[in-house]
Amino acid sequence: MFSLEGITTNVQDWLLMKFNPTMALAMECVIVILLAISLFALLGLVLVLMERKVAAHIQIRLGPNRVGPGGMFQTVADTLKLIMKEGLVPDMADKFLFNLAPFVVMMVGMLLLAPIAFAKNFQIWDINIGVLYISSVSSLSVIGILMAGWASNNKYSLLGAMRSGAQIVSYELSAGFAVLTIVVLTGSLQISEIVKAQENGWWIFKGHIPAIIAFVLYIIAVTAETNRAPFDLAEAESELTAGFHTEYSGMRFALFFLAEYINIFIVCAIGATLFFGGWMPLHIGNWAAFNHIMDYIPSSVWFMGKTFFLIFLIMWFRWTFPRLRVDQLLNLEWKYLLPISLFNLLLVAVIAILGWHF
Amino acid sequence: MFLKEYISDVVNGVSSLLKGMRKTGYYFVHPKEIITEQYPDNRATLLLSERFKGEVVMPHDAQNEHACTGCTACELACPNGTIKVVTKFEVSPEGKKKKAIDTLVYRLELCTMCNLCIVACPSDAIKMAPNFEHSVFDRTKLTKVLNHPGSKIREGIE
Repeated sequence: MFSLEGITTNVQDWLLMKFNPTMALAMECVIVILLAISLFALLGLVLVLMERKVAAHIQIRLGPNRVGPGGMFQTVADTLKLIMKEGLVPDMADKFLFNLAPFVVMMVGMLLLAPIAFAKNFQIWDINIGVLYISSVSSLSVIGILMAGWASNNKYSLLGAMRSGAQIVSYELSAGFAVLTIVVLTGSLQISEIVKAQENGWWIFKGHIPAIIAFVLYIIAVTAETNRAPFDLAEAESELTAGFHTEYSGMRFALFFLAEYINIFIVCAIGATLFFGGWMPLHIGNWAAFNHIMDYIPSSVWFMGKTFFLIFLIMWFRWTFPRLRVDQLLNLEWKYLLPISLFNLLLVAVIAILGWHF
Repeated sequence: MFLKEYISDVVNGVSSLLKGMRKTGYYFVHPKEIITEQYPDNRATLLLSERFKGEVVMPHDAQNEHACTGCTACELACPNGTIKVVTKFEVSPEGKKKKAIDTLVYRLELCTMCNLCIVACPSDAIKMAPNFEHSVFDRTKLTKVLNHPGSKIREGIE
């Protein structure tokens, strides 16, 4: 069966055979850039359609079903429309920042792609501080959002951007603590090490209740960090028209829209790596036969399956829960999520030291 | 004491969120619950509610007879002058004069479907019909005469 694992080494061997090492490295960079961009475009199309279909079925509707079989080409049509639209810049806007902001947000998404393991031996950059890299880079997206809000010269945009800043700064803490629980259990910050540690069972099963609590905290915190409902205060259609991207139109708006879905994909991929073992198949202790059967499913399928399950979970949240008020949002973080995650981290540390996990 | 309240807060919050998710999850996995009508496609089989109020009509029976006595109660009840009853006097063979309608003019473009005329009618001569495809290219077509040409009042209705 087709799988992504091992393709990278084949490509590298072939390139080294044909070119000198520097040229080979440059070629690899180009290939990675092309792959990243095409992955982004593809994910944008797939996730937007998925969101609309999930939303429709949750709200007892059918969703898009006119363009192509079952509405499959709806997002393609939407993208064509956005490309043909005029990209309007407001008169009094700060032109430079206004044009730069969508690209900053997109760039953060691209940077976050680097340490994610998509399949066995299929990873762009396996740095030894992978998790730290992710949690530090993911917070950069707020700069793009603040830039967009400030440069638009619009009170709705500025309010949305400020809310987004407050939100990301506070929720980063509990997301960080949730990630730390897995780091404590694994004893490593490297993504490949974390995946390897889950060879005989995923952390969500091996880590007992603290791992499950950490997973719940992580999902709540990343939903807030990606500015999605029920934490979509930064956009808040009913109060701020569209929040920080009120003044954006055409392709610049499309970039913000795409960045939202890319960020969802990335946080879900990280969640899948930390709690569900990334590309690791479902292994149960020492059931050799069962584990062997599970190994036949390609690792890329496992990874995508887990990631899309988490994406579905986040979409499910969006279409079920009502939006929080600003004070409720900050209450939830500082009075509930943060103390619970601190206590949870302590508990996990005790478990890790005493070796109570499997 | 504080801790107990705190924990019960968290448990209540989580359980109520899960309750909501169970409901939406049920809808997600049960496509038979979908209520979308794919309108232009299912036009032939479209079922509208009995109580749908789309237009005022005057039912006529097989002998082309209606139940309108021309009492103008509907015209008086209408809040925005949608209905105009034009009456005439019919002379019966015995030479008795009887009030009847010449035309009952109904202006659909003014109607708000408030149902007051139907409530006011003493002989149930008019009712609301579930038609909604009212688009026309000329708005004079929206002014309708409800009684059919050559129709007359049914026997026994005063």
